[in-house]
Amino acid sequence: MLRVEKRIDASKWMNYVIPIASLFMALIGGAALLGTQGISPLDAYCRIIKAAFGGSYEFSETIVKATPIAISSFAVMLCFSMLIWNIGVEGQAFMGALAAVAAVRYCHSDNQFYMLCTAAAFAIMAGGLWAMIAGFLRSKWNVNEIISTLMLNYIAIRILEYFVYGPWRDPSSLGFPITTRFPPSARLPQLFGSRVHVGIILAVFLAFAAWYILSKTRLGYEIRVIGENPKAARYSGMSYMKNVLVVMFISGAIGGLTGMTEVTGLHGRLQASFAAKYGYTAIIVAWLSHLQPFVILLASVLFGALLVGGEALQIELGLTLSTVEILQGLVLFFVLGGDFFRNYRLKFTWRTDK
Amino acid sequence: MPLVEMKRITKRFSGVVANSNVDFSVEYGEVHALLGENGAGKSTLMNILYGLYHPDSGEIYIDGVKRVFRSPSDAILSGVGMVHQHFMLVETQTVWENMILGMKMPFVLPKKQIIKKIAELSEKYNLKVNPLSNVWQLSIGEQQRAAVLQMLYRNAKVLILDEPTAVLTPQESKELFVTIRNMTALGHSVIFISHKMNEVMNETDRVTVLRKGETAGTVNTKSPDTSQELLSEMMMGRKVSFDINKPKRDLGKVVFDVNSICASNDRGGAALKNISFRIRKSEIFGVAGVAGNGQLELCEAIYGLRVAVSGYVKINEKDLTNASARALMDCGVHYIPADRRSTGMVTALDVKSNSILTDYWIPPISSGNSINWKEAGNQAKSIIEQFNVSTPSVNTAVKNLSGGNLQKLMLGRELSNSPEVLIVMHPTWGLDVSATRYIRERIISASETGTAVLLISEDIEELLALSDRLAIIFKGEFMGIIADPKSMPIEKIGLMMAGTHISEVL
Ligand SMILES: Nc1ncnc2c1ncn2[C@@H]1O[C@H](COP(=O)(O)OP(=O)(O)OP(=O)(O)O)[C@@H](O)[C@H]1O
Ligand SMILES: [Mg+2]
Repeated sequence: MLRVEKRIDASKWMNYVIPIASLFMALIGGAALLGTQGISPLDAYCRIIKAAFGGSYEFSETIVKATPIAISSFAVMLCFSMLIWNIGVEGQAFMGALAAVAAVRYCHSDNQFYMLCTAAAFAIMAGGLWAMIAGFLRSKWNVNEIISTLMLNYIAIRILEYFVYGPWRDPSSLGFPITTRFPPSARLPQLFGSRVHVGIILAVFLAFAAWYILSKTRLGYEIRVIGENPKAARYSGMSYMKNVLVVMFISGAIGGLTGMTEVTGLHGRLQASFAAKYGYTAIIVAWLSHLQPFVILLASVLFGALLVGGEALQIELGLTLSTVEILQGLVLFFVLGGDFFRNYRLKFTWRTDK
Repeated sequence: MPLVEMKRITKRFSGVVANSNVDFSVEYGEVHALLGENGAGKSTLMNILYGLYHPDSGEIYIDGVKRVFRSPSDAILSGVGMVHQHFMLVETQTVWENMILGMKMPFVLPKKQIIKKIAELSEKYNLKVNPLSNVWQLSIGEQQRAAVLQMLYRNAKVLILDEPTAVLTPQESKELFVTIRNMTALGHSVIFISHKMNEVMNETDRVTVLRKGETAGTVNTKSPDTSQELLSEMMMGRKVSFDINKPKRDLGKVVFDVNSICASNDRGGAALKNISFRIRKSEIFGVAGVAGNGQLELCEAIYGLRVAVSGYVKINEKDLTNASARALMDCGVHYIPADRRSTGMVTALDVKSNSILTDYWIPPISSGNSINWKEAGNQAKSIIEQFNVSTPSVNTAVKNLSGGNLQKLMLGRELSNSPEVLIVMHPTWGLDVSATRYIRERIISASETGTAVLLISEDIEELLALSDRLAIIFKGEFMGIIADPKSMPIEKIGLMMAGTHISEVL
């Protein structure tokens, strides 16, 4: 008989051994998958590593992908620390991107600093208020935020599509659903002559900010108390309603900045599919990192690498997109699964209970 | 050959030695008490026997056979059962469903058979509980009986009870001892942890005393040399006196005015019916009653955690009816709930974070929008020192403190705020003798400095020792307020607790 048991005194070394072991398991599982496609797993793995970390250009592409994942992970992390399950960072990013385009269209300025600040402010307000809808529903009528944020994602996608297919479509785009290219003043500076943009600095800044907020401020203390024990929070007179609204606003604002930095830093225009599900990846990253800000940075780079490596396999080995996605899924599956064994263990017994 | 034998058990927790070379054995059919100060390692030792913790070294023999328990399910297979102070029952399920939790069962549950077996066990061991009720509907005493039944259902030969009587009324405790006697008569053994000396002296056969994680000795309770004094000397290495004296104080103006409060319970029924009382500066006002008669609802309705549907609460003439807990604290009202782990503390956070839970928004702990963690650390240290909380450091997670130390930390936090009004439920639950004495002294000295105290307890001795006046609550109503509790015969107080109005007993 197989039983699952909770570990009571989990040892410290497991924190290190388990992630490494799960990564190995993932590699083995992936090898089996690649084998069925007639591809040498070793070759494929080398290509992934080379594509993601093989040189300064390769690494810069990994960072490009890691940037939005990291930024949105901090949005997720803040909510999750308070047990608010905001899975709407994707939609908040859409609203932020739209607001940035609106800023460029309607409040245009040739002063780059002024233009970018305006776009950022728009994105912060748009993302923040969008998230606050769910926060308000939650605190006022106890509407489950998982459902409401998910629904708001769908609405956000439609709104975005409406604008890029409709009024904001570039007339010279030959029918493609994209907006007009931004003027240079609305482009976020890029670094090291690569596609890496200032967003990465924002991500690092957010890591420090998230750490600071959670561990040093009164707001952070309240978030932690509410997250660990809502009853004790009420006993100490913390306002759940106020905190939900504040945290949802901050989280949405960060989500909005993900969208703004992506369109102004990377694409230079808005297209319907700009976000590539970063908002959902962020949920996994935040969770896997145990809501630790600096671990989130690291995990984001790994996920960026997985994306870049996956693209390389598609191009170089002719793997289908779905194979690559299964491969990425395997890694997730094992890493998340390994996490389970940190808190539980399986037990085989041959005796039967009476 | 003893039924249970634990040899040279050592258990360390990140630096703390909870048990060091402890020897412990239980004979067939005996009631064996485990005694020791808060943090002496009693719960740890029993959790090891129950398979929750693994000892760093040492051996366990059951029926003379060496056993290694990897989990409680291993322990129960060898006949070791344990009822924790915080019962591990599933609240949303019925009693009979809880019985079979985690056991191997056929796909279609033989409900009739299970209920029949429960009924038989209830009969045999004098454990009254309705198998069909939901656990959350049961009183604490009933929940405990369900937890004991759960262990008997699994054929426990030896039953560990961790501070079972701390949460029981005297009547319920008596019944528990009847059950324990029934069990030993049928060949079971019982290990019994308690801080109440008279229970240990009267109800057990042998006592093992732990001191700072080491065995201080095992004695026969019934032998003529054994006395409470001897046991407390073994526990603490010195003699302690149990008496406290309450000096006469001048009562001031009315500080705390509660008038005709009504409130409902979680199930929507009436929990409080027109409760009124006034407490004056420096006065200690006791509320006695059998658990579950509205005590918790009273505290919550006053403290903004439950809606008072009528009546008012005034502090120093200021109307604070249905104000938030924060508003009450800002007016100097502090509340020590009975439910330490789930209301008064955030057990996942550390000692430092918990010691500022009820003043983190007030300088010097709060500075601007930040928390001054250095100040918080100092505050924690001062509580630890004054209230003799034993913890490795201020950064230890509170869930790792022993039951009594967790309690002392919380009492210390609220008492050192020098409140205007202190609402306190069961202040000495789970505290050892010297801590109990210290806490009672602190409550008295708070009242000397002017605090108006609302003391809710089930411990009549405690209520009589501390209260200036004593109200008796029954089914959400006051049966009367006794102006001079010490002159009232205990039997009459008992009658009032059972629902007789004061006008009928006088
Ligand atoms: N899981 C744990 N992690 C770290 N330390 C622990 C843990 N459990 C217990 N301890 C420490 O071990 C010591 C003994 O604790 P234990 O709970 O056994 O005391 P106890 O005798 O039951 O006290 P009490 O009467 O207060 O319940 C304490 O100092 C406590 O802080
Ligand atoms: Mg204990």
